[in-house]
Amino acid sequence: MARIDEKTTSEIVAAHGAKPELLVQILANIVNRFGWIPEETVRQLASELNLSRADVHGVVEYYHDFRTTEPGKHIVKICQAEACQSMGSERLTAYAEKALAMSLHDTANDITLEPVYCLGNCACSPAIMIDGKTFGRVDEQRFNQLIDAMRGDD
Amino acid sequence: MARTKIYVPRETTAISVGADDVALEIARVAKKSGAEIELIRNGSWGASWLEPLVEVEVGDARIAYGNVTTDDVPGLFESGLITGGEHARRLGPIKDIPYLAKQDRWTFWRCGLTNPLSLQDFEQHRGFQALQKALQEGPESVLKAVESSGLRGRGGAGFPTGIKWRTVANTEADQKYIACNADEGDSGTFSDRMLMEGDPLGLIEGMAIAGFAVGASKGYIYLRSEYPLTHSILSRAIDTARGAGWLGNNIGDSDFSFDIELHIGAGSYVCGEETAMLESLEGKRGIVRSKPPLPAHEGLFGKPTVVNNVVTLASVSNIVNLGAERYAGMGVNRSKGTLAFQLAGNIKRGGLVEKAFGITLRELIEDWGGGTASGRPVKAVQVGGPLGAYIPADQLDVPMDYEAFVGIGAMIGHGGIVVFDDTANMAKQARFAMEFCAIESCGKCTPCRIGSTRGVEVIDKMIAGKNREENYDLLVELCDTMEGASLCAMGGMTPYPVRSVLNYFAEDFASSKEKAL
Repeated sequence: MARIDEKTTSEIVAAHGAKPELLVQILANIVNRFGWIPEETVRQLASELNLSRADVHGVVEYYHDFRTTEPGKHIVKICQAEACQSMGSERLTAYAEKALAMSLHDTANDITLEPVYCLGNCACSPAIMIDGKTFGRVDEQRFNQLIDAMRGDD
Repeated sequence: MARTKIYVPRETTAISVGADDVALEIARVAKKSGAEIELIRNGSWGASWLEPLVEVEVGDARIAYGNVTTDDVPGLFESGLITGGEHARRLGPIKDIPYLAKQDRWTFWRCGLTNPLSLQDFEQHRGFQALQKALQEGPESVLKAVESSGLRGRGGAGFPTGIKWRTVANTEADQKYIACNADEGDSGTFSDRMLMEGDPLGLIEGMAIAGFAVGASKGYIYLRSEYPLTHSILSRAIDTARGAGWLGNNIGDSDFSFDIELHIGAGSYVCGEETAMLESLEGKRGIVRSKPPLPAHEGLFGKPTVVNNVVTLASVSNIVNLGAERYAGMGVNRSKGTLAFQLAGNIKRGGLVEKAFGITLRELIEDWGGGTASGRPVKAVQVGGPLGAYIPADQLDVPMDYEAFVGIGAMIGHGGIVVFDDTANMAKQARFAMEFCAIESCGKCTPCRIGSTRGVEVIDKMIAGKNREENYDLLVELCDTMEGASLCAMGGMTPYPVRSVLNYFAEDFASSKEKAL
């Protein structure tokens, strides 16, 4: 994933009218396109929105979506909430960790593996999300197929 | 000859089990076989267990085919899909499927029926009629209708909507707001998402009516980031409504102006709490505010604000259209009208069931849900999301009624129903309740921030068999503190699931070895 540059940051800020009350929206936009928020972007946002660095830093660190380290090319999220628990998400998570040779919250081999608390797909649990797409009724076999398809798209 | 209409939902759950691929395959096979079809991407009817659910319009009927896979598609065409032909996947006319036919569809009546992005389809199905009626009859008429309908907030708290709207209407201010809470974070809930994906214009109409009734010219929708498809559908619907003059200045040639801004959340559960959501809408950390002042007096940017859930706002159009009396005629006691129950987790026939209050939990789980997906006995049912109690299998005859649930130490909340079979370990579920609170606490108040972490530790000790009785008492005391002294429902209600486990499933704290003794 490309690293956000100064010019793009300014463009995103301008597209939001440089309004400090749109900070969460600006950060969401950056993460959506670039996956994470580097420290120098925090500084730039503070300066362009006329906020203190502490203000921007505080917002960045509060929200789960606002990563401060670079994620892998693919982001795989496995739902850990109750509806998926009742359908074996814990087993599925253990399987995924083994199959991908990594733990939740890790980034390795182009993949970032994250927990998520509810994808709103609770009638077809367990659910996972790969690169922004939600999949339901995921068992081990289907997990493998979905990961293969994800890698096949590279 | 007119082209045959084939419906395949564009809805997160349907797509999560293959609806997009099925739609592509239908288009491919139709083209190859020369069949003249019009592929419509409708919303979901909510029968998630039948997804992908394909319908074909034959005469006046829509013939349904359930659990269709891409592999089925060529065979379906050979069996005469275009004329509603026989096939193993054929379910018959959609309106005769008991799961749907027996519901009381008030708020979700257009979901599945229409193309969510077609203004024409919306207008042919009562779309914007309620807004026009409101504009003709005036704000007072809307306020009276909402008050006498008995509608209560469907986000979970169940506060009377009419009182909230009246308070904002009566508060003098140069600017007022409508803030729609679409941060549907409770596990086991998806009704907001289904409504926004299946009938986004219905929500927009409800928000505009709310704006007109209280004198607000601006609305915000705070949508969680876990719903990217919803984001795309809702943005397009807002553009469509604006393009047709249903949002913007002088709506319907009246002097009422109203517009909507769509905001996206960033993965914080507590931002579903109304004051944390307002903070987040202002671009800040989603930290809960102390109340008072109430958002109805000082809400978004310090201005009077109606904060309502998606389903609440979307329920209003038909209250205006069909009359408050009809809505209030459904339900029981102080729980009037309908709720969109969501059957989730370990359940055979999961999905959305909109029914009048008063139906029992057992009817929903057994008659609609068909019992567990695993086929094993039900052990516990968590109603109302992560802050809801675990209800044991012998209490399923409780009627769905806000006050009846409070009476058994539970809550209906947003109507999510998560079923667990007898393999579930409830001590682990109690631990998870505390752990989730520790992960998601905004950190403003001590009982929630610290109490949740201490709660995990105490439960760990109990599971490990360390001073189990003493720790049991300590956990009860911790629950009392969190419940009595937390600033909002996050810390204040996390004890609900924990207490229910202590009350009904205490034996699960013993190890399997101990249980065998």
